Amino acid sequence: MTPTDNETGRDTGPDTGPETTIQGEYDVDTIHVAPAIELRGISKAFGPVQANKDISIHVAKGTIHGIIGENGAGKSTLMSILYGFYKADAGEILISGKPVTIPDSQAAIAAGIGMVFQHFKLVENFSVLENVVLGAESGALLAPSLSKARRELTSLAKEYELNIDPDALIQDIGVGMQQRVEILKALYRRADILILDEPTGVLTPSEADQLFRILRRLKEEGKTIILITHKLREIMETTDTVSVMRRGEMTATVKTAETSPEELAELMVGRKVLLRVDKTPAKPGPTVLEVRDLNVTDAQGVQRVKGISFDIHAGEVLGIAGVAGNGQSELLEVLGGYETATGTVTVNGEQIDLTGAKSDARSRRERGIAHVPEDRQREGLIMDFHAWENAAFGYHHDEAYRSGLLMNNKAIWQDTEGKMERFDVRPPDPRLAAKNFSGGNQQKIVLAREIERNPELLLIGQPTRGVDIGAIEFIHQQIIALRDQGKAILLVSVELEEILALSDRIAVMFDGQIMGERMASETDERELGLLMAGVTDEKGAA
Amino acid sequence: MDVMPKWAEVVLVPLISLLLAAILSALVILAIGENPWEALKLMVSGALGSTYGWGYTLYYATNFIFTGLAVAVAFHARLFNIGGEGQAALGGLGVGLVCLYIPWPHWSLALLGATLGAALFGAAWAAIPAYLQAKRGSHIVITTIMFNFIAAALLNYVLVNLLRPVGAMDPATARFAESTHLPNLADILGTFGIPFSKAAPANVTFFVAIAACIAVWMLIWRTRLGYEIRSYGHSEPAAKYAGISPVKITMVAMLISGGLAGLMAINNVMGEAERLILNSVEGAGFIGIAVALMGRSHPFGVFLAAILFGFLYQGGAELALWTSIPRELIVVIQALVILFTGALDNMVRMPLERIFLAARKRG
Repeated sequence: MTPTDNETGRDTGPDTGPETTIQGEYDVDTIHVAPAIELRGISKAFGPVQANKDISIHVAKGTIHGIIGENGAGKSTLMSILYGFYKADAGEILISGKPVTIPDSQAAIAAGIGMVFQHFKLVENFSVLENVVLGAESGALLAPSLSKARRELTSLAKEYELNIDPDALIQDIGVGMQQRVEILKALYRRADILILDEPTGVLTPSEADQLFRILRRLKEEGKTIILITHKLREIMETTDTVSVMRRGEMTATVKTAETSPEELAELMVGRKVLLRVDKTPAKPGPTVLEVRDLNVTDAQGVQRVKGISFDIHAGEVLGIAGVAGNGQSELLEVLGGYETATGTVTVNGEQIDLTGAKSDARSRRERGIAHVPEDRQREGLIMDFHAWENAAFGYHHDEAYRSGLLMNNKAIWQDTEGKMERFDVRPPDPRLAAKNFSGGNQQKIVLAREIERNPELLLIGQPTRGVDIGAIEFIHQQIIALRDQGKAILLVSVELEEILALSDRIAVMFDGQIMGERMASETDERELGLLMAGVTDEKGAA
Repeated sequence: MDVMPKWAEVVLVPLISLLLAAILSALVILAIGENPWEALKLMVSGALGSTYGWGYTLYYATNFIFTGLAVAVAFHARLFNIGGEGQAALGGLGVGLVCLYIPWPHWSLALLGATLGAALFGAAWAAIPAYLQAKRGSHIVITTIMFNFIAAALLNYVLVNLLRPVGAMDPATARFAESTHLPNLADILGTFGIPFSKAAPANVTFFVAIAACIAVWMLIWRTRLGYEIRSYGHSEPAAKYAGISPVKITMVAMLISGGLAGLMAINNVMGEAERLILNSVEGAGFIGIAVALMGRSHPFGVFLAAILFGFLYQGGAELALWTSIPRELIVVIQALVILFTGALDNMVRMPLERIFLAARKRG
């Protein structure tokens, strides 16, 4: 059913005329309807960084238009200009053919633009209805606004198949539903143009499919949708037209039907990229990590990890799949030594202290556990420190890095130069502060630091989050190379594709439990997606 | 990339801030009917025009170096130690006890003992707020402020009831023994044949302060402990990830900070008053905050800022003495300096960054 919807939408959609062609090639005479959005020569600089360079784009009415690009390519900046968060240095915005200025988000809403942010902007302990009304009340008294909104919501639900209980509290409904509230908020404010920024980041595959069904439905009703994402698959499946951004420039706008993921990836990166990871089957050795009945309770008393058990062998990658926030982060923190837990964890047969005096990240490192944390900017690096200072971070007590009470800065510096060369960190300048490197190069600094310790066990969380495609390839190769040296690797990632590409075995976490374990070669996204959504597994390992 | 070159960041921004503060101060002086140019000349000649003036300027500066370093060290761990006042007061108690109850054969040994006593008492006074912050999460700003009051009350009690010599009316200790009297700058410079005012209170502690600056610089930028303190100050989650204990760093940084504040007592209690009196700190603990802010928590910056505030203190005293400009106005001028160099930093920085950016684009 879905593909048919897509087809009809694309081919017979009311306003989808020939203007959805490659930008610059269309002929003025062929336009019957002005594009929903037209940007002309938008430029925006932040200090010396040119975030957007002379960007022009047409988004035809009633289409789904994808914008794809690597992190830092300027997608978000462009959309922030459109939504009035930033003011463009140069260029024009036309909505339905009329030039507009958008000084703030109020103006954007008035112009019919609705935005669904990656991180929802909802009040957790308000009901759906209250959240929809928030900021769009019709008067000083709340009751009339609410009853008006209730009527509106019912009709919207009918029109777009966006069913939702208006009285449910946000905190009680799932992420997919919360996103639906965000869409309803935009529609309630009469948005004709809906911008979605990385909407599937927090969704399970089935929730994502649902979202795309909704988007197609909205398109059929004549809404225009701009979908910002870095996931090629989503672009291929849902959009009519796709624009590719690279380094602040719009490198191409093509019809989705006439392109391929490989071509898009090449347009994004500027060179051919390998989308798969080349690896040989794992040769698992003896057990390195043994986790039994691990429980983690956070400071608020919520149990985050509920009695999980698993093993990792030498020379194998165990991937932990799951939607963010299902206990994966806590698992990494416990194994990394900065969160307490109950249960038993042994590394090479030796038990690890989970609560006592020896439970800190330093003693974990001494046991041969290296850790590439999920959030490199918050944990893995000190953003204001020089690269060379970061290269010793966590290992600053090491013999090689110290001389008495002092740090051996010269030795650290030299070591950093070597690391930067071996891991192709650009620019290879140890004096540069971590914040001045791109996401990919920051990750390479962390990776070089952790991998070159030659650990028994590598914990690695979201290895390629916010990393450009070119660097992803390199990072994946490094992980596999470490595995092939006979090291155990625990990989946590919310990117299912990444889990499937790198792992030898896959465990799926949901609500603090392991819902099931699969050999990577014997499973697929559909099966893992079900486990991620908490569908109980009859073969269950939990 | 950083927008501004380092020299502009370190030199130009504070200088322009200072200039703005001076201009505003001049307007204030003008408004009360005095001549700002004459006032400035008087301040400069009073504070820097004679060795007597210099002696006072450096004496005040020595106090501010210690309290400034104290705030700076804590600030590297992102701890705002407002308790310099109380820690310095307790440092005074340490110095007092060391000097009163131990018969020292020579001032150099007494200085060593007093240094230990001052640092120990200052650190101990910082230890309680530090522990409450590290273990119980009580905010250090609140607790250190409260501890300033407790320190004042404690010292009052100790001086009145315990240390006051029998029959004395004054809430102060007896004078310290002759053998603990520190040589002042006149004595020291005299041995090199350089004449210096004998009446000025600046003494050998000034050199201890310089040594402290160097030691703090070593600590922060060369030692592993300093590295951990800075790491923790920049990012607590990252510090935890790296195996740096927040409890340990909070405690250690505050102990060092309190110890440095306590060291101030060598200068004012042992070097100048030669006995422990009430309110001996005279607000130097608070000036230390401004000094650290202006000095960007760097020991060299703290040194320069302390000299500047020493100048303002001494110059201000001269103004109050020779003109009808009231002493309170000196506080206004000091406040303007603090306001411009500390709080309104971005007001100068942002336009300056824009100028540099424009210059770079053109170049």
